Amino acid sequence: MAESRLEICFTLNGAPVTAQVSLRHRLLDLLRYELDLPGSKEGCGEGECGACTVHLDGIPVNSCLVPAWQVRDREVVTVESVVPGDIARMLDTGATQCGACTPGVVMTARWIEANPQLLERFTTRQLMAGNLCRCTGYDGIIDGLEPPPDAEDS
Amino acid sequence: MKRIEGVAKLTGRERFVDDLDLGEHLWGATVRSPSPRGRVTAIRFSNDIDWSEFTIVDHVDIPGNNTVFLLEDDQPVLAADVIRHLHEPVLLLAHPSRDAVRRAAKQVEVVVEPAEPYFDFRVAPDPQQVQRGDDNLLKRLEINKGDVEAALAAAAHVIEGVYETGAQEHVYLETQGMAAWVEDGVVTIKGSMQCPYYVVKAAECALGLERDHLRVIHAPTGGGFGGKEEFPSILAIHTALLAMKSGRTVKMIYERAEDMAATTKRHPSRVRHRTGVDEDGRLVAQDIEVVLDGGAYQTLSPVVLSRAIIHAAGPYSCDSVRIVGKAILTNSVPYGAFRGFGAPQSQFANERHMDVVARELGLDPVEFRRRNLIGDGDSTATGQVIDDGADRVGVMDLALDRSDYAGRRAAHVDFNATHPYLRRGLGLATFFHGAGFTGAGEVHLASRVAVTGLPDGRVEVLSASTEMGQGSQTVFTQIAAQRLGYPPADVQIAVPDTHRVPDSGPTVASRTSMVVGRILDDACAALGERLGDADLHGGALRAAIIAWHREHPGATLSAEASYRPPPGVAWDEDNYRGAAYGAFAWAAYLAEVEVDLRTYAVQCTDFLAVQEVGHVLNETLARGQIQGGVVQGIGWALLEECTLRDGAMLNNRLTDYIIPTSADVPPIDVVFVENPYAEGPLGAKGIGELPLDGPAPALANAVADALGVEPRVIPMTPERVMDLVERVATDG
Repeated sequence: MAESRLEICFTLNGAPVTAQVSLRHRLLDLLRYELDLPGSKEGCGEGECGACTVHLDGIPVNSCLVPAWQVRDREVVTVESVVPGDIARMLDTGATQCGACTPGVVMTARWIEANPQLLERFTTRQLMAGNLCRCTGYDGIIDGLEPPPDAEDS
Repeated sequence: MKRIEGVAKLTGRERFVDDLDLGEHLWGATVRSPSPRGRVTAIRFSNDIDWSEFTIVDHVDIPGNNTVFLLEDDQPVLAADVIRHLHEPVLLLAHPSRDAVRRAAKQVEVVVEPAEPYFDFRVAPDPQQVQRGDDNLLKRLEINKGDVEAALAAAAHVIEGVYETGAQEHVYLETQGMAAWVEDGVVTIKGSMQCPYYVVKAAECALGLERDHLRVIHAPTGGGFGGKEEFPSILAIHTALLAMKSGRTVKMIYERAEDMAATTKRHPSRVRHRTGVDEDGRLVAQDIEVVLDGGAYQTLSPVVLSRAIIHAAGPYSCDSVRIVGKAILTNSVPYGAFRGFGAPQSQFANERHMDVVARELGLDPVEFRRRNLIGDGDSTATGQVIDDGADRVGVMDLALDRSDYAGRRAAHVDFNATHPYLRRGLGLATFFHGAGFTGAGEVHLASRVAVTGLPDGRVEVLSASTEMGQGSQTVFTQIAAQRLGYPPADVQIAVPDTHRVPDSGPTVASRTSMVVGRILDDACAALGERLGDADLHGGALRAAIIAWHREHPGATLSAEASYRPPPGVAWDEDNYRGAAYGAFAWAAYLAEVEVDLRTYAVQCTDFLAVQEVGHVLNETLARGQIQGGVVQGIGWALLEECTLRDGAMLNNRLTDYIIPTSADVPPIDVVFVENPYAEGPLGAKGIGELPLDGPAPALANAVADALGVEPRVIPMTPERVMDLVERVATDG
């Protein structure tokens, strides 16, 4: 059976991309298996675990729930955009253990950091509740999101 | 020291098996039995698919034995005829397209002539349900100390109780996955696993290959928790069979629904207690029966049962103990290893029962424990004399002081008397966990570790211990660096590859840091000895390594050490007497709950975990182990219910099987009491499984405290809590 494909253009981690996407493929499939960006993980395939979290126009989404063609002309940012300096505190607090949920956790954390006004209405525990982690018990992640005690002035 | 692979994981650069660039390859899929018990009478392929595009493997394609080599050869790699559980693998398919192979697997019909299945391990099987011996018994074990019947007859009080726990799904975030290919006559298997040497031994048996034609390589593993202890063997063989038949590289990655439905879970349990107590509130007799649902094949059930019964009487001193353990064969999907390995089930029952007994006697649960906690010089149920200098009462008192136990209980009484619908309670559990293989298990494993001096003076550690998030690479680096006087950056950890690393035993049983770490410590010393001085370290060692390589160009400078049992450890396997473990970790956990009488939802509002674990090697990693284990335990106690139909998970999705999110749990307060263990590396004891043992009983005891009911079954879902409260209301 021939697959219908569609050519789309979008911005991926700041650079323009053109891709032929299968209509049946999810954004997660496009990233992992077509564009060679396997950082985002499939934990459940139904939007429960958050391991596939990427930013779509600045908002965290489960890339397993987004049809690939829907990112046409939009901006996608994945965990591949993250550099070591971005995650230094999370490394100290033990925010990662096995690493399978981690790409999604980090992308949600980056969104919270970029939108500090969220913390006026929600706790970090509420904001992180869309990312399941089976290793850390979440304290390492939550602690990694909060500034260290001596950094309050900065 | 920071986690070695931490930056790679936090920036999404770690490559799990499904992330590897394998070039052109096929995707594999499994066709499974639609029935829990019977005989395969036909396999029908849909006419809608061109099957010539597919590689198809069934039991006839297995070159070696059609068994998954483990304790007993009862489980087939692919069912040939007899079906013993729903989702049992029957046929394998491979195709270049992942979508095509997954669709095709649904187009193969396995026709099964049904037989009467047996599911409820608590009820004796009907004659037509018997599939093993007279009564489906997989294994029976017994521990005897003193004369229980006489002690019960003489006891001032005898208190009974029955406790049950449900299955638990591991929910490692990376599902089971494996890749295989054939290269220069060597079948190579690479994937997600805890135990490369288990996989290589099982593959050797089923594929009929010699070890030099078979290579197993560990890929970074996205969580295991026991779920990747024995299960990966069958998936590895499946993937290799497809690779051998197709001549291509094959990858098999389970989708979440398949992983949850078809792979192992924590054994469901039922535990009966009959406890004798004297006039002073001291234990005089513990008569315990532990029954586990083993599922359809033996897997590791006898060993899980062993650990369950050894921990069943808890960390208490009692002169007369009888513990009978039974694992029962059913037609459920086989149960298997899960962090804690039977001890969480038996200690849930024991710690819950301690509170029930205390309440019957009119004693405070804390006071009852204070009178009975094991002291140095006392012995466990197997007669192992404890003399490690650990202050078990001190551990409990630290937990009580830190949490203001007395003050908070008083505040709860006031709160509960006045609040219209919320009830608060505090629950305590004091417990222990033995590290390493049981009894003579470590002697039989005879684990080995090698350390190699590299030409540039750095060293490489070669072991089969696998990183699955617990931090073994980091801890091994620390141990080697400290012993050798090296900066951590000059210690390299080899990828576990059965063509390169010695067999260090499986990565299980809280044994990696304590047991394998100690062997590593010895191997470091052996490297110095090879160079003429066991005390060589730092710059002198580096210079000696470089000089050796100058004299022996192209040669390998390797030193190896193997397991040495700690002195005085003797175990009688026939009678289950003696030193079951080299060391126990001791703990006291306190949980606070708030129950909403409108919804009967139980919320854990505070949790304190105090434990004595020898010397803490890496505070961040150790704390993470405890916090993560506690939250898995909170899930098992409150949320995680495997709803079974025909012996398999019906709620096999993360939408329907609820594990804790960050919003469901409080911060977990972790305190370590350090009491270095002389036989552990740098004084360390094992900690990985300990935190699974305490949360469920602490939470159940807290619910009992909040509501004045006695929970005896977990998970404590709102439905179960409602039943308990309404029963009390009706009876009262």
